[in-house]
Amino acid sequence: MLSRTAANLFWIARYMERAETMARLLEVGARIALLPSAGHGYRSEWDSLLQASGTADGFAKKYGDPVQRNIESYLFFDHDNSSSVATCIGRARENARIVRTALTSQVWDALNTAFQEMKALERLPRSETELSRLTEWTMRHAAMVRGAIDATLLRNDGWDFLGLGYKLERADNTARLMDVKYYVLLPKVDFVGSGLDNYQWTTLLRAMSSHRAFHWAYGGDITAGKIAHFLILNPQCPRSLITSTGGAVEHLDRLARGYHASTPAQSKGRSLLGELSEMTVEDIFDEGLHEFLSRFIGEVSKLTALVGEVYLSGEAR
Amino acid sequence: MILSVTHVTTYRYDAPVRGAVQSLRLTPSLCDGQRVIRWQIGVEGGMRGAAFRDGAGDWIESWSLRGPATEIAVSVSGEVATTDMAGVLRGHREQVPPEVYLRDTASTRSEAGLVDLAHAGIEGATGALDRAHRLAAAVAEAVAYKPGATEAHTTAAEALALGEGVCQDHAHVLIACARLLETPARYVSGYLEAGSDMAQEAAHAWAELWIEGLGWVGFDPANACCPDTRYIRLGSGLDAQDAAPVRGVARGRVTESLDVSVAVAAVQQ
Amino acid sequence: MTTTYFNEMYDGGAVRPPYARLQDWMQSMPAELRQMKQAEAETLFRRIGITFAVYGEGGDPDRLIPFDMFPRVFLQEEWRRLERGIKQRARALNAFLVDVYGRGEIVRAGRIPSRLVYRNEAYEKAVAGFVPPRGVYSHIVGIDIVRTGPNDFYVLEDNCRTPSGVSYMLENREIMMRMFPGLFQSNRIEPVDGYSDLLRRTLASVAPAKCDRDPVIVILTPGHFNSAYYEHSFLADLMGVELVEGADLFVEHGFVWMRTTEGPKKVDVIYRRIDDSFLDPLCFRPDSMLGVPGLMDVYRSGGVTICSAPGAGVADDKAVYTFVPDMVRFYLGEEPILQNVPTWQCGKADDLKHVLANLPELVVKEVHGSGGYGMLVGPKATKEQIAVFADRIKADPGNYIAQPTLALSTVPTFVDEGVAPRHVDLRPYCLVGERIELVPGGLTRVALTEGSLVVNSSQGGGVKDTWVLAE
Repeated sequence: MLSRTAANLFWIARYMERAETMARLLEVGARIALLPSAGHGYRSEWDSLLQASGTADGFAKKYGDPVQRNIESYLFFDHDNSSSVATCIGRARENARIVRTALTSQVWDALNTAFQEMKALERLPRSETELSRLTEWTMRHAAMVRGAIDATLLRNDGWDFLGLGYKLERADNTARLMDVKYYVLLPKVDFVGSGLDNYQWTTLLRAMSSHRAFHWAYGGDITAGKIAHFLILNPQCPRSLITSTGGAVEHLDRLARGYHASTPAQSKGRSLLGELSEMTVEDIFDEGLHEFLSRFIGEVSKLTALVGEVYLSGEAR
Repeated sequence: MILSVTHVTTYRYDAPVRGAVQSLRLTPSLCDGQRVIRWQIGVEGGMRGAAFRDGAGDWIESWSLRGPATEIAVSVSGEVATTDMAGVLRGHREQVPPEVYLRDTASTRSEAGLVDLAHAGIEGATGALDRAHRLAAAVAEAVAYKPGATEAHTTAAEALALGEGVCQDHAHVLIACARLLETPARYVSGYLEAGSDMAQEAAHAWAELWIEGLGWVGFDPANACCPDTRYIRLGSGLDAQDAAPVRGVARGRVTESLDVSVAVAAVQQ
Repeated sequence: MTTTYFNEMYDGGAVRPPYARLQDWMQSMPAELRQMKQAEAETLFRRIGITFAVYGEGGDPDRLIPFDMFPRVFLQEEWRRLERGIKQRARALNAFLVDVYGRGEIVRAGRIPSRLVYRNEAYEKAVAGFVPPRGVYSHIVGIDIVRTGPNDFYVLEDNCRTPSGVSYMLENREIMMRMFPGLFQSNRIEPVDGYSDLLRRTLASVAPAKCDRDPVIVILTPGHFNSAYYEHSFLADLMGVELVEGADLFVEHGFVWMRTTEGPKKVDVIYRRIDDSFLDPLCFRPDSMLGVPGLMDVYRSGGVTICSAPGAGVADDKAVYTFVPDMVRFYLGEEPILQNVPTWQCGKADDLKHVLANLPELVVKEVHGSGGYGMLVGPKATKEQIAVFADRIKADPGNYIAQPTLALSTVPTFVDEGVAPRHVDLRPYCLVGERIELVPGGLTRVALTEGSLVVNSSQGGGVKDTWVLAE
C-alpha cells in the first residue's frame, strides 16, 4: 500500500485515541471539581491534568490561570490546541477523507458523523454543553469508530497500521498519565502512601476507566505497587503498557509476515515487550517509577519513529 | 581547434538533503563544426537515469542521488574539435518549429526601451542577416559588460535600463529585440575559450536568431562576434532558465549555495 | 425577440418517443413523494461523499451539485449518430496533436494559421518530436454538446486535457437505480457502469513499450484540497489503482516509482489530474510542489506514459476549436458529423467589428477561460455589463471569441412549482487507447434557473442522469 495511505490510517487511529484520552482527562477533572478540595485544592488538580495532556504551556499562554471553564474549552473545543478533542476529531476525519477508499463505508460514516456532530456541538451556546455530555459523547464516538473498524474492516495491512496507531498512542498516553501523577502531584516523598495518595491513585484509575476493573483484579487496599502492576505489567488491563506494547508487536509481526520482510521496528517492539514480560514491580520501583516511565516513553517514541521510517515515510528500500 | 573543458558545479546545503534529482543539458550539440573527442558527465554518488535527445536537438541526462547528502558535485570533462561555421548552425537535427521561439517569457518581455533599441538598431539594414548583425551590435553598445551588476532573474528590460550586465543579459536583450521584430530568437548555453584578455564568466551564453534561408545563426553580443572555433554549443531554450545546463531539486528544507568552476582551454598541438 | 427552444420531451402536445414512459412516472409523483425522494437522493450523495468546492467562494466547502431526478433520454438511433460524431472528433483531435508535435503537415498545408499552434501557450516545446504510445495524446476526450433541434447537435467545446465530471455520470445512474428501480424495469436503458473497466483498459493499452508486464496504473491528484478530489479517489477505487500525490512518486534509473510500505514500486501509466505546468518543476514551473521532479525526462525517454499527454491542451484551445471540422477533413478525409458553433475570432479585425456591433445577441468567452468564468451572455446581460465587457474585449481582442446565443434544448426538470423545462447540455466521455470507446451516456448538465443558459456547476447548474434506450 502507498506509504502515505498507511500514514493516514496510522494517524486516524492516533487522533481518535488521543481524543478519547482528552475526554477521560476532562471527566476526571470534573469529578475532582465536585469534591471538597483536599490540601492542594482542585486548582492544582486541573493543573496536573493540563500537564498530563501536554497542553499546560499552550493553555498558560492563552489563558493564564487554570479556570475550569477555560480548561474545558481549551481541551475540548479549542482549535489552537493541537490535542483538543475538536482538533483530534477534525484531523482524524480529514485523514479519513484522504483515504476514503481504504476504509469501509461504516468506518467513514462513524468518523464523518463524529465530525458533523462536533460541528453542531461547536455551534451550541456553551451554557448548553455540559461537560459530562461532552465527555460521554466523545467516548461514545470513539467506541463507534473502533467498533466499525473491528467489525467491518478487512484484516489487511491497512488494518495493521490503524492498530499500530491505536496501540502506540495508548502506550504513550498511559505512561504519561502515570508519570504526571507521580511526578507532578507528589513532589514530596512524605505524601506517598498517605490518604491523599490513595485518593489521587483512584483518580488515576478513573482516568483509565479502570477503577472497577482494578478492584476485581486485586481487591483489598489500593497500593502504589498494585496500581503500578496493574497499569504497567498486567496483560488483563486493556490500557496497560504491556497490553499496548503487545498489541503493537502483534501488528508488526503480521506486517512482517504479510510483506515477507522483518524490520527493525519489529525487533525493537519485541525487545521492549520482552523486557516488560520479565519485569516485576520491584524492578520498576528499584529503577524509580519516574525514571522507568521516562525511559519507556522514550522507547515507545523510538519505536514509533522506526515504524515511520520503515513503513510510513516511503524512504525505505 | 581542439578545446578541453573541465566544468564542476557544486551544490552545498546547510543541512543534509534526503535526495536530489537533476536534469542535465551538458553534452555538446550534434552539429557541423563541433566533434566530440571525449566527453564525460558524472554526479558523485549519483545514479544515471533517463537519457534522450529532445525536440530541440539537445541531449538530456537525468541523474538522481539518494540522501543524506550535504554536497552534490556535477562534473563534466572532455575534448571537442571545432571548426569555424561563421556562427551558422548546420547539421543540427531538431523538430521544434522556429516560430515557437517568438513566444515571450518573463525574462524577455517587451518594453518601450527594448522597442526603441530594436527599431533604432536595424535602421538602414539591408536584408535579414544584416539586420541581425546590426541588432547584435546595438545590444553590445547599449549594455556594457559588467559582472555583478545583474543577477539570475534580471529581465531584458531591466538590464537595458541599467545599461550593464553579463552574457546572460546581452543574450536576453538581443532575444527580446529580435522577437519584437518578429524574428524567432533563442538562448544558447555553452562554453567559450576566452584566452587571457577576453571576458569570461563561469559558463557562457549567447543568442541564436532565425534567418530565413540560413537557419539558426549565433550572435554573441558580449564579445561582439558570432560563435567560432572557440565556442562549444550545449543546448538552447526560450530564455536562460529554459536553456539551463543544470536543473535540479533537492528534497529537504535547506539553503543551497552554488560554486561553479569552468576551465576551457585550447589544446596544444 | 422571442426564441423558440427545442423541448426534448414534448413536440407540441405530443410526447416524443424517448420520453414515452416517463409521462406516467412524472404524473404519478405527487409533490410530497417527490420531496421525499429528493431528500433521499441528497442523503445518498452526502453519504457517498460527492461534494465539490467552488473556487474563490466562501460558504459550505462540502457543497453538493444539485441533482435533478428527471432523466434526460436519447433513442438508440439518436445516440448512434452522436457516438459516430464524437469518436470521429476524438480521432481527429489526436491526429492533430501527433501532427503538430511532429511534421506539422496541417500548418504547412495552410489549413490552420501557424501562430495559433506554435505561439499558443499550450503548445509544449518540451514534447516536440515525441510520439506517445499508440500516438495518443488525449486519452479521455470530453466533448461538450448542445442540441437545438431534433437532429441539430453542436459542439460547444472540446476538453482534451482532464475533463472532469464522469463520477457524476456514474453516481447519478447509481442513485436513480436505487431510488426508482421500476423505471429501469419498464425502460430498457443501456448501462454506463462499464466506464471504469474501459478506462482501465484504455490506460493499460498505452503503457510504454519498455513495460513488459501487467502495467501499474496510478491516478495523480493535486491533493485532497482539490475540488475534484472526490472524483479522483472514486475513479481510483473503481479501477483498483492507487491514488497518488506528487510526493508519493520519485524518479530513479529512468523510471517512475511510488513509495509504498513494501518499498518502491514501479509505475507504468500515470492518469494525471493536474495541469501540465505543475507536472515537473524541472521542466515547467520551478515552484510547483504538486509534481514529480524529473518526470518529464522519464516520459520523454519512454519510461512512463502520462495521460493525457503533456501538450494535449493545444487541441482544445477555444481559438483552435474553430478549425476542428477542418481537422476532420484533413486527417480523416471525412465530412464532420457534428457541427461547430459559428465562431468569431475577436483577434480578426472583421470579426471584432461584428462582435462589438452585436454584443447583445452573442456569447463571448475568453480563449483560455473555463468553468463559465470570464464570459458574457449577451441576451442576459445589462447594458452596463455589455459596455464593461466591450472595453475588456477591445483591450485584448485576441483573448476573446464570440458565438451566437444558441437555443439550447430543454428537458423537463423538477422545480418548486412542479415540473418545468430547463436548458441542458451534454458531456460524453470518449476513451482513446488501443481502441476508441464511448459508454452510452454522459453527463447532462442543467441550468436550474428559469431561462438561464449557463449550465456550469460553479454557476448554479445541476446534473441529470442521461439515458440511452436500447432498441
